Amino acid sequence: MSEKTLTRMDLSEAVFREVGLSRNESAQLVESVLGHISDALVRGETVKISSFGTFSVREKSSRMGRNPKTGEEVPISPRRVLSFRPSHLMKDRVAAGNKG
Amino acid sequence: MIRSELIQKIAEENPHLFQRDVEKIVNTIFDEIVEAMARGDRVELRGFGAFSVKRRDARVGRNPRTGTSVEVDEKHVPFFKTGKLLRNRLNGEED
Repeated sequence: MSEKTLTRMDLSEAVFREVGLSRNESAQLVESVLGHISDALVRGETVKISSFGTFSVREKSSRMGRNPKTGEEVPISPRRVLSFRPSHLMKDRVAAGNKG
Repeated sequence: MIRSELIQKIAEENPHLFQRDVEKIVNTIFDEIVEAMARGDRVELRGFGAFSVKRRDARVGRNPRTGTSVEVDEKHVPFFKTGKLLRNRLNGEED
């Protein structure tokens, strides 16, 4: 396994390569795609990208937590968490690509 | 929101681009992430989140209907961890 880390730069480089816009504009488009997904999630929407996966927001109710170091009980306030469910295609490609 | 609505939004903001180019841009971004993970790479998008691959060890599973045990091979699964900024935004804390 190569274990490289890709960043926004690699995504905008791919857009630059595939679509032929300037590097600057490619970077801005990557940013606005991530921005629109984030905004929809903040509004509480589910974002479903076919053959990629589904991002959804789950409401967590408040509970008592414990500071693992001190053992002290601390209340955890209700919060919203994001969950990502990969599509079958993504799961299959990740499983096949990392085999053996 | 679904993929086509996302494409629509980007197209509206960029009237100088052809619809087919906007489709290609959006598809390229998602394809690139899937391909990276298929190679075992991580994709770290600061503020948004990180996509990575986790290994699940081989185990003996059980068919819940029949109760017979089956060997499940080691496999790799996609994983997403939400970025700090997005997690905060979801809870109404801008920046």
